[in-house]
Amino acid sequence: MNSLDFFIERAGKAVFVVLGVVVLNFLLIHLAPGDPASVMAGESGAGDAQFLAQLRQQFGLDEPLYVQLWLYLKGVLGFDLGFSYRNNLPVSTLILERLPATLLLTVSAFVFSLALGILLGVMAAARRGKFTDSLIMSGALLFYATPLFWVSSMSILVFSIRLDWLPPFGMETVGSGFTGAARAWDVFRHMVLPVATLGLFFTAIYTRLVRASMLEVAALDFVKTARAKGVPAGQITRRHVLRNALLPVFTFAGIQAGQILGGAVLTETVFAWPGIGRLMFDALLQRDYPVLLGVFLVTSVMVVLVNLLTDALYRFVDPRIEMKPWVRS
Amino acid sequence: MNIARRPFGISLIAAALSLTSSTFVLAQSQPTPGGTLNMLVQPEPPSLMLGLNQLGPTQFAASKIYQSLLTYGPDLKPLPSLAQSWTISPDGLTYAFVLQKDVKWHDGKPFTSADVVFSTDKFLREVHPRTRALMNQRVESVKADGDDKVIFKLKQPFNAFISAFEVSTMPMIPKHIYEGTNYRTNPANNTPVGTGPFMLKEWKRGSYIHLVKNPNYFKPGLPYLDEIYLLVIPDAASRAVAFERGTVDVLRGGDIENFEVRRLEKLPDVVSTRAGWEMFAPPLWLQMNLRKPPLGNKKVRQAIMHAMDRHFIVKNIFFNVGKVATGPITSPTLYYDKNVPTYKYDMALAKKILAQAGIKPGDYSIRVLPIPYGSVWDRMGEYVKQQMEQLGFKVTLDTTDPAGWAKKVSEWDFDMTMTFQYAYGDPAIGTSRNYISANIIKGTPFANNHGYSNPEIDRLFEAAPVVQSADARQRMYSEIQRILVDDVAAGYLTELQYVTLHKKKVRNLITTGIGLNETLDTVWIAK
Repeated sequence: MNSLDFFIERAGKAVFVVLGVVVLNFLLIHLAPGDPASVMAGESGAGDAQFLAQLRQQFGLDEPLYVQLWLYLKGVLGFDLGFSYRNNLPVSTLILERLPATLLLTVSAFVFSLALGILLGVMAAARRGKFTDSLIMSGALLFYATPLFWVSSMSILVFSIRLDWLPPFGMETVGSGFTGAARAWDVFRHMVLPVATLGLFFTAIYTRLVRASMLEVAALDFVKTARAKGVPAGQITRRHVLRNALLPVFTFAGIQAGQILGGAVLTETVFAWPGIGRLMFDALLQRDYPVLLGVFLVTSVMVVLVNLLTDALYRFVDPRIEMKPWVRS
Repeated sequence: MNIARRPFGISLIAAALSLTSSTFVLAQSQPTPGGTLNMLVQPEPPSLMLGLNQLGPTQFAASKIYQSLLTYGPDLKPLPSLAQSWTISPDGLTYAFVLQKDVKWHDGKPFTSADVVFSTDKFLREVHPRTRALMNQRVESVKADGDDKVIFKLKQPFNAFISAFEVSTMPMIPKHIYEGTNYRTNPANNTPVGTGPFMLKEWKRGSYIHLVKNPNYFKPGLPYLDEIYLLVIPDAASRAVAFERGTVDVLRGGDIENFEVRRLEKLPDVVSTRAGWEMFAPPLWLQMNLRKPPLGNKKVRQAIMHAMDRHFIVKNIFFNVGKVATGPITSPTLYYDKNVPTYKYDMALAKKILAQAGIKPGDYSIRVLPIPYGSVWDRMGEYVKQQMEQLGFKVTLDTTDPAGWAKKVSEWDFDMTMTFQYAYGDPAIGTSRNYISANIIKGTPFANNHGYSNPEIDRLFEAAPVVQSADARQRMYSEIQRILVDDVAAGYLTELQYVTLHKKKVRNLITTGIGLNETLDTVWIAK
């Protein structure tokens, strides 16, 4: 089976996965007690029966659940994610406004953790048993075991308050009027702490994975053969060992893509990063169903895409893997 | 001003304020125009259209854009805003307002009496839950008399009416933009047009709201500030950091946790005040579902009151931001009376009362539903659980998120919860709604959800705002406070207070009883 067929088949299945996610989320959200009308009445500190009835009618909550689901699905199939009455804006506008910030944060954290994790893992494996190895592995253990919120609070305390090197929150300096390179530098400075916070846990995982995997591959016969043939050490590490050792890392990277948004909710909250993680969290507390479902939809599409990409990368890293949708027969 | 009637606490605060401001005078006395004020808005408001949305953060942010006819001093006496003067007829039925001259909407159209009539009689009557009730129950007609005069005729005297022109209750809405449209879906809701000193320049959702000076503001020379930024920072610890680093100049009450207040108010360059909440001054009360045995028994409720150490609550849960409550009406509110039955903390006495009433607490299991507004409230729930268990009850904590809380309370699906509510200056507006039988309505979270019903209380709440003599009114409200406290209609625990912290360079920040919900047109920044 060639790559194109593979992708078409996978994409077709992905659509059903996403639709399944949407339906399941829709039903799960409606199981939670309370609806947007009751939240708004509660927050207003008042609410007569007429007020609540008006809100429910406005939100379309007076329809039976299956009708609401049907209307929502119909909208989604026509690329209409609905309207947030709470924010008085279309859901797609809200999400598109906030998505770039989250992508910037998560993609940077992803690349950061992958690059740093592989680098450290290779270094640790190359100097197995030496001081560098112990140092890297202790660091990895520390960041693996430390909760995200603690890391973020401490990094703010140290790098923003004590040392005053980096801004503690926000995506750029409000009201600065920076443009061009100055703005890019400003955004970069704001990114350092949240990206590091979000990425360190996975850096630790990659480091450990790469090190273990490298050591395992390095003990295999073909590496010994290469060494016996007199291939330079650097080339053995790069071409023979690392390439084979990377497969488990990619497996994990696919999982990280799914998990990173969960971490983003917390990171975005602590660092006041204006992304969709926070949008989702606020929408959940406010029972803003259309926004919540919209964010779920967009993120599940992203996760599906990343998994598709991971599968393709397997083949790139190890051409022996076939692009077969089904289990090899 | 009738000083004798002013609550002691307020006079103290006022005195303290005048002392601090006199030290400022030495440094710099003349307001200088210009500058940027950085504040926080927490949580981010869903909308800035104050007519359609009355959440706390919306009130705070949008009150720079929209205005009402009146505002209120720390003593809750009305002050001019869009109305320059007003008269109340001797029979208490006619309220006539004379509007300020040359007021313009942000889009340049003149503000006239037609806008007032449209706002109160049409717009707010349709969309505003509190104002709708007020207009429907109390107001016979609203009529314009020329361009600059508006006359409200009431169905019967209602003394609290003059307290109802605070900006979140009666915001003025531009008739030329909203008349004949669907108010809730009008696209103009995202580009608010008011008469206030500041206009919306940009709202970057998730980051900040940027307000800029209205060059055509009707008060000459005002506002002093060029712009206001309201930053959205969702984490409380980060908000404290923002203040410490000078990214923001002001922390409103509730922006940071109470334990941080103690630390930050000691910083040099920081001014701390509890003023500016007199209009809202919410009581914190233990709401007990009176339909659930044994909570329907007055003796049991009195025993529970004796089991709550309210000084402990103020000191250890609220970190001294607050004071012990005496009853349903808080001390800054009109008609407050402290001569009510008291319940001193005495666990032995509490147990004795239960025994006398023939109640075996071990037979009952009580579900406590803490209000999910943050860690202070979680501690509050745990404290109530602990005290109830000491009395011998079996207690479970029923934790939920705000949506779940509102749902359970409005469906009467709780045994005990803690709640608080803005007082809005006058008991007829802020307090009566929790105790009159007519307000026992399933499905709304802030009504008489505990199910308290007492014909005498109904009668007094009905009669008090109607009587013309101030003394007679005070007697009725005093009687109401005595009955509710004796009955333990709810367990009155504390009066919530809010601390505003700001940098010394920010001057004139809090001038009225609505504090930071004020327009801030006279705030200035010292160089």
